[in-house]
Amino acid sequence: MRWALDNLGLLGQLTIAHARLAIVPVAVALLLALPLGALAHRVPPLRGTLLGLAGLLYTIPSLALFVLLPPMLGIPYLSDLNVIIALTLYALALLVRTVTEALESVPPDAVASARAIGYNGTSIFLAVQLPLAGPVLLAGLRVATVSTVSMVTVGALIGVSSLGSLFTDGLQRRIVPEVLTGVVLTALLALLLDVLLQLAGRVLMPWLRAERAVATA
Amino acid sequence: MIEFEGVTKRYSSASGAAVDDFSLVVPRGTTTVLVGSSGCGKTTLLRMVNRMVDPTRGRVLLDGEDVAGRDPVALRRSVGYVMQNSGLLPHRTAAQNVAVVPRLAGRDRAAARSRSLELLELVGLDPELADRYPAQLSGGQQQRVGVARGLAAEGDVLLMDEPFGAVDPVVRGELQHELLRIQRELSRTILFITHDVEEAFLLGEEVVILSRGGHVEQRGTPADVLAAPANEFVAAFVGAHRRDRRLRVDERDGVRLVVDGRDRPLGVLTDEAP
Amino acid sequence: MNLFADALAWLTDPANWTGPFGIPTLTLAHLTYTLLALVLACAVAAPAGWAIGHTGHGRSFAVALAGAARALPSLGLLAFLVLVLGVGLKEVATVVVLVLLAIPPILAGAYAGIDAIPRGTLDSARGVGMTGWQRLWRVEVPLGLPLLLGGVRGASLQVVSTVMIAAFIGLPNLGTYLIAGQRLGDYARMLAGAILVAALALVLDGVLAVAQRLAVPRGVRMATAAVPA
Ligand SMILES: Nc1ncnc2c1ncn2[C@@H]1O[C@H](COP(=O)(O)OP(=O)(O)OP(=O)(O)O)[C@@H](O)[C@H]1O
Ligand SMILES: [Mg+2]
Repeated sequence: MRWALDNLGLLGQLTIAHARLAIVPVAVALLLALPLGALAHRVPPLRGTLLGLAGLLYTIPSLALFVLLPPMLGIPYLSDLNVIIALTLYALALLVRTVTEALESVPPDAVASARAIGYNGTSIFLAVQLPLAGPVLLAGLRVATVSTVSMVTVGALIGVSSLGSLFTDGLQRRIVPEVLTGVVLTALLALLLDVLLQLAGRVLMPWLRAERAVATA
Repeated sequence: MIEFEGVTKRYSSASGAAVDDFSLVVPRGTTTVLVGSSGCGKTTLLRMVNRMVDPTRGRVLLDGEDVAGRDPVALRRSVGYVMQNSGLLPHRTAAQNVAVVPRLAGRDRAAARSRSLELLELVGLDPELADRYPAQLSGGQQQRVGVARGLAAEGDVLLMDEPFGAVDPVVRGELQHELLRIQRELSRTILFITHDVEEAFLLGEEVVILSRGGHVEQRGTPADVLAAPANEFVAAFVGAHRRDRRLRVDERDGVRLVVDGRDRPLGVLTDEAP
Repeated sequence: MNLFADALAWLTDPANWTGPFGIPTLTLAHLTYTLLALVLACAVAAPAGWAIGHTGHGRSFAVALAGAARALPSLGLLAFLVLVLGVGLKEVATVVVLVLLAIPPILAGAYAGIDAIPRGTLDSARGVGMTGWQRLWRVEVPLGLPLLLGGVRGASLQVVSTVMIAAFIGLPNLGTYLIAGQRLGDYARMLAGAILVAALALVLDGVLAVAQRLAVPRGVRMATAAVPA
């Protein structure tokens, strides 16, 4: 506690850096995953390939990916960009599967009836499929966000500053409170983003609460 | 013999009674059919017999003995149970699914298998299908296996929960007649559930018409019920007012034709006994 | 691409295939830690998950546990335990962290496997008079095995990855090449280490994927084959 109070400035800086390193990848990954997942959902032969690639990517340990990416993409090893791209790929691997499965969870009848009353391709996607896929999508997005927040810390091992720096530094200088503060702040940041996502879900999908109320009545 | 004595079931203290003060006697060697619409408590009643549900109040007696005093597992092994969608174990073949019952009763593998094949033959399953997995059988075939498994229990009680509800009408008719044939051979004590009145009238020596909460609207032979529906609910449920239930005789060239309310000929009236 | 050629040269250099820091030794070390953690985690999490799935109790606890585990950074946990237990016990600290990390996905796989069994199947097992134990061993465990192995797969990814991180507290394994390379400014060595770890993770995942497929009982495989996805 004392240690944390003495280093408030540093902690604020690291938390902001950490949040940026987590939010940017998840946001970019979501934007990329929506069209890719829709593609996998609509073109069955692509489904296996896309999800297979995603699975393969997800299998590679993050630390290894930090080393593999720079020579492939020609970016500097010790850079935020390296961490952001690697984490984007991870989140993308998770979210492509999520989006595909979320779209598959939409009852085909709902889509068929929307088509019957005259919705066309894009408007069906935006007005029917996406909202109905919402709950599954949100669940996946929450998982991706929380794991990304935790994975950002690994970047500290290659020297990219985040709350993970408290682990490497604390370990080197044998300051237990520093490490502990890092663990707590990382978990709190994950929790905060998770709560924000849940709130967003509630605002964007008000019908779910009504459904739940009916189900438990 | 199965006796329900004023049984009530509440699944939770907050909810209403799924079954409220229900009584019934199913005499040994007969078929009684409980018929009623969805959610009226049929499954709940049936499961009280093999203690998959315990009544909140009242008792169920099997040959005069309160089932509450029996070990549930031993009880279930002695009572046959057939459910909709067969409930077969997907990782066991048809023969293995039936053999489960004698195996659980402690018979050795070979004895269980031969008993299983015997029963599969009894229910009319092609012997070639015995070693197939449920997924390789049609719905009707799966249901035959389910019936064979129900018959494998050593006691004489057979509980059937909408066993033919999920198959097409033609196969359902076949299965219903197989069951009548088997029952003529074996004379089990059958408690059968359905929401199909035709099925109830075909199979039941006695039918019990239920409404919400397991309330008995009427019980009696199919003829009793059709001849004198106890109230409007029963009349509507059995379709007593339906034109195809209102038959009359139409003499034509000395032949007595039976026709329904829409003047569709159904058959010829004779004096011969069936 | 030049760097990859260097890494390949490093990987094929016979000198790197011998000694206490040779590829075989470190691969074996990496694999040993991984398997040890997975086995220990299975021993704890599979029975616990089965208990949750069988009884239906404790599911919300398991869900909360999985959520919490996802939020906790493994590097932080490792650093914390090493400092608390002392560097002399860094092996113990590592195994503890690895097991803690592996438990939630295996637990979730074990109970999800039972949850996914159709109600009718379990009801009928009860209806024919199977005892609780018989239902567990003859129906729930075999039918739930594929999803349990799915959980083990998820855990193995995390564990392989975290073992690599443990190189930073001085545990020799494939992550060691990365640290040594970083210190020496030898990117080829780092890249070689990364390739080796990635390969190990992929192979392990492949093996578990095959095991998962083999674990699907024949009758069930036919059921899913009959209904094209
Ligand atoms: N395990 C349970 N927990 C809580 N409520 C239950 C449970 N099983 C049944 N019920 C409720 O009890 C009532 C009677 O259910 P039951 O399954 O006996 O009806 P049923 O006549 O068999 O219906 P169906 O024809 O649809 O099979 C229903 O309102 C049902 O929701
Ligand atoms: Mg029912």
